[in-house]
Amino acid sequence: MTDQYDAIIVGAGHNGLVCSALLARAGKRVLVLEANEQVGGAAITREFADGYSVSACAHLLYQLQPAVRKDLKLSPRLACEDMTTIALGENGKHLRIEDKRIEGVNKEDADHYREFRKRMTRFADLLRKFLNKPPPRLGTKEFKDLATLAQLGLDLRMLGKDEMRAFLRLIGMNIYDEVTERFENPLLRGAISLDAVLGTHLGPRSPNTIMTYLYRQAGDHGRNGIPAGGMGSVSNELAHVARSEGATIRTGIPVKRIIVENGRVTGVETETGDRFDSFTVISNADPKRTIMDLVGVKHVETGFTRRIHNLRAKGNAAKLHLALDGLPKFAGLSKKDLAERIVIAPDENYVERAFNPAKYGESSPAPVVELTFPSLRDETMAPTGKHVMSAVVQYAPYDLKGGWTDDAKAAFEKVVIDTIARYAPDIASRVTASELLTPVDIEREFHISGGHWHHAELTLDQFMFVRPVSSSAQYSMPLEGLYLCGAGTHPGGGVSGAAGRNAAKTILGREAAA
Amino acid sequence: MSKQAPVHQGRLKTPFYSRLEKLDFVNEWHQWKGYSSADSLYCSDTEYFAIRNATAVFDLTPMTKYRISGPDALDYLNRLVTRDMAKIKPGRVAYAVWCDDQGQVIDDGTIFHLREGEYRLCSQERHFAWLQAAAIGFDVSITHETDNIAALAVQGPTSFSTLNNMGFEGLADLKPFGLMHVDFQGSELMISRTGFTGDLGYELWIDPDKAEALWDALFEAGKLYGIRAIGTDALELSRIEAGFLAAYMEFLPADETVRTGRSRSPLELGLEWLVDFKKPNFNGRRALAEEKRKGSTWRLVKLDIEGNKTAHHSYIFGQEKTNKPAIGFITSAAWSPVCKQNIALGTVRAPRGMPGDTVWVEIYYQREMHWNRHMAKATVVDKPFWFPPRRGATPPGPF
Ligand SMILES: Cc1cc2nc3c(=O)[nH]c(=O)nc-3n(C[C@H](O)[C@H](O)[C@H](O)COP(=O)(O)OP(=O)(O)OC[C@H]3O[C@@H](n4cnc5c(N)ncnc54)[C@H](O)[C@@H]3O)c2cc1C
Repeated sequence: MTDQYDAIIVGAGHNGLVCSALLARAGKRVLVLEANEQVGGAAITREFADGYSVSACAHLLYQLQPAVRKDLKLSPRLACEDMTTIALGENGKHLRIEDKRIEGVNKEDADHYREFRKRMTRFADLLRKFLNKPPPRLGTKEFKDLATLAQLGLDLRMLGKDEMRAFLRLIGMNIYDEVTERFENPLLRGAISLDAVLGTHLGPRSPNTIMTYLYRQAGDHGRNGIPAGGMGSVSNELAHVARSEGATIRTGIPVKRIIVENGRVTGVETETGDRFDSFTVISNADPKRTIMDLVGVKHVETGFTRRIHNLRAKGNAAKLHLALDGLPKFAGLSKKDLAERIVIAPDENYVERAFNPAKYGESSPAPVVELTFPSLRDETMAPTGKHVMSAVVQYAPYDLKGGWTDDAKAAFEKVVIDTIARYAPDIASRVTASELLTPVDIEREFHISGGHWHHAELTLDQFMFVRPVSSSAQYSMPLEGLYLCGAGTHPGGGVSGAAGRNAAKTILGREAAA
Repeated sequence: MSKQAPVHQGRLKTPFYSRLEKLDFVNEWHQWKGYSSADSLYCSDTEYFAIRNATAVFDLTPMTKYRISGPDALDYLNRLVTRDMAKIKPGRVAYAVWCDDQGQVIDDGTIFHLREGEYRLCSQERHFAWLQAAAIGFDVSITHETDNIAALAVQGPTSFSTLNNMGFEGLADLKPFGLMHVDFQGSELMISRTGFTGDLGYELWIDPDKAEALWDALFEAGKLYGIRAIGTDALELSRIEAGFLAAYMEFLPADETVRTGRSRSPLELGLEWLVDFKKPNFNGRRALAEEKRKGSTWRLVKLDIEGNKTAHHSYIFGQEKTNKPAIGFITSAAWSPVCKQNIALGTVRAPRGMPGDTVWVEIYYQREMHWNRHMAKATVVDKPFWFPPRRGATPPGPF
């Protein structure tokens, strides 16, 4: 006997959970199957050493879309919000960067920064509108597509002619040109560059890094927060909402394949051989895994296969978690400061140089780092008096020459600790346990092909109308009954929920139309 | 120091070149995929009549050939082409067409099931990039083997007698679209009952080292049967009579078109019989199913045209007066000596061009420098213009 569902969602990443909640609320019988024991995908909290917990991948909440919060009435409990970013400088001369204010730069830079933020916020607000609707199909005569397209055009036009031009020009540009033209202070240039490239295989001189910068701002204006209990609590809240709407969520059940019969999707088969039936299967897994592994190319067409195959999706961000028996001492920073977001990106060239080796399959000898000590904000993360450090480190290319062997990992971990030690010389002596997650580890543990933050690189050729690939940007794949709802679809990754919400709206909208 | 690779100057010569050269009186050659290929060797009319009355030999070495093998070869081909390849057993050959995701024809060709799970795909154009893309996710190997195989078409009513005279056992039982392997001077010779002339005929496939020996033996055996070498001009006329399509004539390979609407689907080319919607998936299926529901834009027509002025490049109209827009145009045209008919292939806007329909063809022709225009009445016909019973007969019988 098999069960018939209205929709089966493969994967309980936060996007899958958002999608399941919205479908269940619309009265659908929804089953979510998650390979891991925990819900949340790359947005989970887990113990990495005895008594020490950490947000395993995503650690800062800044992108959760207001529309998602509103639709699902979410109110994630935060251990802190609106964190200051401290850009570490030599000799304890750091910058303190806030949304509209900055400390440690000359008056001119400060004024320029205010102006820059104002402008970026305007553009980010516009971009946010784009992110929260399915991209319209181009070249169709369907009223809905045309209406969305017209609305996007109108929103753009509302900026005013000059600003509209500036927007269209800026999104293709690189952040390097922008920061070097505007700012004098190298730390400021470095910190903004870092925000633009975090999670991508891009350096500040790569095209469209202004777009990725804006993308990061297009949730909560780039304000960073740490959820109480780590990122997992956001996913748990989502799962709770989905379950109370009636969705069934089962964990520890890897889906082996999406079943295709007579040219349409009819259900899924799990690794253990169980079969669940549904004419609608929505995959929260990345596009490559979904098409190449779960569906199988023989069920889709060549042009589409080629595009999915060529999708750029090799991750470059690693995560380093340290269990510390006490707080390291950073020159020029108080204990209170350590509770903020700290970045190592001393200037824009440093960031670009960190990226250079990654093009050739080598990791950065002088990496960029975004680090936090969440235990300072949330005592549940470490035993009393002890602390954890959670750091995103770039660049650690997925296809490292020679592979991510134990030796390669140990060597890179040392590089990262040495990099931090330039500002906090005693850090190494504080470490009692550590965990380094390279993109290869992330691929294995979180089932994300290439271990990419966004499931697929966030570049203009894989954005909006052509995300993940052209002719499949509306969550619906060219195989009847198959949908995607994860970060690999429009608009992209981050703990945002936009993809899951847009996917649910598309699927429900299609049904209404049918 | 690495050695400098030799640079090939000009066109490649096929392994039969030394023999063709000796028979060549007119020196009319063109380039076919990098090779020299003769338009004609002495007189294309005489060559044409060899196809229809005796044995004609055409050097088809430049034709594109790919070897497709591996555990997924059948699954691969079944997604590639529109017809069901599971029905094509070892020893059989299938005419097939393949499309892009939009259901537009990339090319047509023949697929030879050489041995269990091993295939050869032949086409006029090269398609390595597409075949490779189609192989993503399949356990198949695709090798380009055009240069590794010498091939001859041996076509015409006495072609069986000629080959039979070479002593190939079992040839009499070889059915149309069948293939067999025989020994030729210690090498494997493949004989397939295939061709591009719409007549009784065979194609021979052999190691290039044995090409000249094969040619010599063949011409020796065919002496009494009127054997002649031919060029592409004669072949082209026979292919129009047979109603076969040619790339760049009846359709443009979809990947070569720039403007929308300039490619054609198999349904628009009269190849619906090759499209097996019972297969759950093949490239272009979704688009073709949609086209079938909504109706096609174009239809390929075979035209029997009044008069004797060939309708090269003509517009096709729905009525004799040209005050309304043309409904299509001619893609290939010829005076058929064997049918004594003014024939053409064309493309018209569906639903026009049903068999039996009358259309009008606007023919321009020149008389002593001056141009004349003539509206010729034409009938859309269903069957190939030339389809002699011997083409399908097994055993073919001597002539
Ligand atoms: C190192 C790193 C740091 C990051 N830091 C941040 C950050 O600070 N802030 C931020 O906002 N974002 C961050 N991100 C990005 C963010 O984590 C992701 O973009 C987001 O979590 C993606 O969510 P998702 O639901 O689309 O996909 P995922 O979270 O990847 O969920 C997909 C789910 O599908 C499951 N799955 C896949 N295949 C199968 C199968 N066959 N059967 C069953 N289940 C399956 C997986 O196990 C997984 O749970 C970071 C990412 C990385 C890699």
